[in-house]
Amino acid sequence: MSSTILIIQLLNALFYAAVLFLIAAGLSLIYGVMRIVNLAHGSLYALGAYISAWAVGGAASAAALDQLGLAGMLLLLPVGAIAIALLGALIEPTLLRPFYRRPEEYHLLVTFGLLMILEDLMKFLFGGTPLNAGTIMDRMGSIGIGRLLYPTYNLFVIAIGLFAALGLWWFIYRTRFGVILRATSQDRRMASALGINVSRVYVEAFAIGCFMAGLGGAVVVPAQAAILGMGVEALVLAFVVVVIGGLGSLEGAFIGALIVSLVRTAGIQFFPEIELAVLYLIATAVLLVRPTGLFGRA
Amino acid sequence: MALLETIKLKRYFGDTRAVDNVDLTIAEREFVSLVGPNGAGKTSLINVISALLRPDSGRIMFMGRDITHASVTERVRAGIARSFQLVNVFDDLSSFDNVALAIFSREGKTAHLGALAHRDHAVGLEADKVLEQFGLAGKRAVIARDLAQGERKLLDVALAYALRPRLLFLDEPTSGVSTRDKGQIMDTIASVVRGEGITAVIVEHDMDVVFKYSDRIVVMAQGAILAQGTPDEIRANDQVAMVLLGTSGKDAFARKE
Amino acid sequence: MTAATSLRTGPSTALLLTAGTLMLVGLALLPRFIVPYQTVLITYGLVMAIAALGFNLLLGYTGLLSFGHSAYFGAGAYAVAFIARDLGVHSMELCILGGLLGTLLVAALFGFVCVRHTRIFFGILTLALSQVLWSLAFKFFWVTGGTDGIRVDSAKLSLLGGLIDFKAAGSYQRFVISYYYYVLALFALATVVMWIIVHSPFGKALQAIRDNETRARFVGVRVTRYRWVAFMISGAFAGLAGILWVPLNGLTTPDILYWPFSGELVFMTVLGGFRTFSGPIVGAMVFNYLKTYAVASTEYWQMLLGTVLVLLILVLPAGIIGTLARLTARR
Repeated sequence: MSSTILIIQLLNALFYAAVLFLIAAGLSLIYGVMRIVNLAHGSLYALGAYISAWAVGGAASAAALDQLGLAGMLLLLPVGAIAIALLGALIEPTLLRPFYRRPEEYHLLVTFGLLMILEDLMKFLFGGTPLNAGTIMDRMGSIGIGRLLYPTYNLFVIAIGLFAALGLWWFIYRTRFGVILRATSQDRRMASALGINVSRVYVEAFAIGCFMAGLGGAVVVPAQAAILGMGVEALVLAFVVVVIGGLGSLEGAFIGALIVSLVRTAGIQFFPEIELAVLYLIATAVLLVRPTGLFGRA
Repeated sequence: MALLETIKLKRYFGDTRAVDNVDLTIAEREFVSLVGPNGAGKTSLINVISALLRPDSGRIMFMGRDITHASVTERVRAGIARSFQLVNVFDDLSSFDNVALAIFSREGKTAHLGALAHRDHAVGLEADKVLEQFGLAGKRAVIARDLAQGERKLLDVALAYALRPRLLFLDEPTSGVSTRDKGQIMDTIASVVRGEGITAVIVEHDMDVVFKYSDRIVVMAQGAILAQGTPDEIRANDQVAMVLLGTSGKDAFARKE
Repeated sequence: MTAATSLRTGPSTALLLTAGTLMLVGLALLPRFIVPYQTVLITYGLVMAIAALGFNLLLGYTGLLSFGHSAYFGAGAYAVAFIARDLGVHSMELCILGGLLGTLLVAALFGFVCVRHTRIFFGILTLALSQVLWSLAFKFFWVTGGTDGIRVDSAKLSLLGGLIDFKAAGSYQRFVISYYYYVLALFALATVVMWIIVHSPFGKALQAIRDNETRARFVGVRVTRYRWVAFMISGAFAGLAGILWVPLNGLTTPDILYWPFSGELVFMTVLGGFRTFSGPIVGAMVFNYLKTYAVASTEYWQMLLGTVLVLLILVLPAGIIGTLARLTARR
């Protein structure tokens, strides 16, 4: 295989890793702070994708889009992420808060119910046809790599992924709110005793996690259409990422996303039938050997 | 031959020497009290001997066999049982079911999938007898979660006892219990244990209890054995008094009226 | 897992026996009075009840929540499909035997891996492993038929060692009735077997492990080993359900290996009440009807079911039977 193709495959893997990172980081954040496994997380990602695609690709007429220009469209894109963040702020107090004192199995059930509701909500709102925001990708053109052309938008997404990773890291480790987040995640009662409004921290953490998922959807939709079932599929992959990287760890989500993405890309190229199976087996192996993942704590 | 012997047993947690080079010998039928200030390593020592913790070095000999690397269930089968400082029973099962389970396990009957538990009359009779010995006969059908704290503590001990162990470790069997009930609980435990000649090691803070029931007292401090001897010897030991009470002199252990 | 109260949730044995016998007699008489479509519906319900019964051995009695039981249901279903298609075997009994063997192998292997962990890691492990199977069924389409699946023609099957077959004309009606009684008999057998298991010393040991894993060890119970056995029994029940499901459905596809199906199994068990013996049975039957009518009445049946689940957890966490038991106990 020529080096050009290799580079392109690598870039594809990085693109995919960026999207996975956004989803997995949100999932991990929610678990890290609240000890909740949000089974609806993939569906939130999908809903974010649909909303963004609708905003940019569907809602406005072609003429209006022309007026907006590329910059305008790019600014409009994150509307999916914001919508999902708001949705999260609604979901946490109503559906999750009643279960904090209950065994964690109930969280799984409630978020599973939420998944079912969201999946059909997307069907109801957007129907069965795939939606995309392809105009953005077209507008951004392509860049030459060797003798081949590669969409500039993909590079843009890789940059966003990196930026998000750095941003989140800075947010969690360098801001006051980040300290509060970490304190609450380590010891909820202690944090409360120190005067931290734990309920508010929970809502905010959940909203941020949802924002990340929605952003993943927003960012993927110019390149790949939003389709029904993408959420369910994404959730399992996000699980694999956090299992490998470690539940509750930001670095883990980053490295995990890279690993999963590289394995998937190589898999699709070299052993397509079992590429998914291999991924799930790696997750199993990690769970056996080091259940807290590469970077996680118990 | 000693029933239990630990040889240079060590367990550290980083810099903390929870169990520091402990050579402990327990003879058959002894009633030993393990005392010491908080953090002396009493519970850690029991945890190591019962396999809840792995030792860093040293050996544990039980009835002449080296059990240093045996698992929890292996040690239970060898004849070591324990109760817990923080009550550890089967909360959603009745008192009867709790004790019956221990007996089923002892008899190797827990592997039976095809027999109905409540039809095993031998086990049922024995479970009832144990409950009666511990004063819990009236609470037979009560779910463990609903028992009073003192009763839960007794159930915890009854579970360990029902295993008919050679060596019984009781970790603070009267802690968390009102002073009024303490005496009754200890009387019950002591009469059962002595009556059947079970070797017992009890971790206790209440020195009145300790002096009243023990054959031998082992005093620990900072992970090591400070002194050991009969109640009289310990009572006369100034160093022990200092460590345990902060004062010494011949009346240090006398009850303040 | 802890119940919200510490009542012995669930009806007494005498009540169960009476209700059970009545129900069995009622079910046996039912086909005379209902149309074949309804009979088929109940058969589906009974099949899922077997799966839920097995699932609850792990959840309600051992305290392990598996989100990957679709693997064993699917293993049973695909095993039958392979046996019928590739080995030309059409005796239902042989299919059951072969299918159970296949399922047990998978359950033993997966279970061995999974029971070394608990709580959330156990759940994720079961999910990941079931996805392995799903991805294999999905991708190796030249063996498994991919998304088209494998057809199993009920007309070719024979029950009771060839005593009953469906080659003659008018066979579909006969199949519906005969298969109904066949499944009913197996359901009754499965219920009795499970009842004995959970009331055996082994069953008590499982409950002890559920309540207090540490103490169970200190009473001499080999926790990991017992969990593994429970896992295999649970998987076998799910596998039997899958085996019985295939002739009814006529087709097996990767959908039954996909993880949302595992979620449905959890749903129906919790719906009935996972801290009772009969809860999963009732939950499976009710869920079966719920889903059928939801699918028939709206395109957005998933949303309907999802809402039901959320409301159920919020309002009636003990499930149907659990709540009933609690209400009757208070009187």
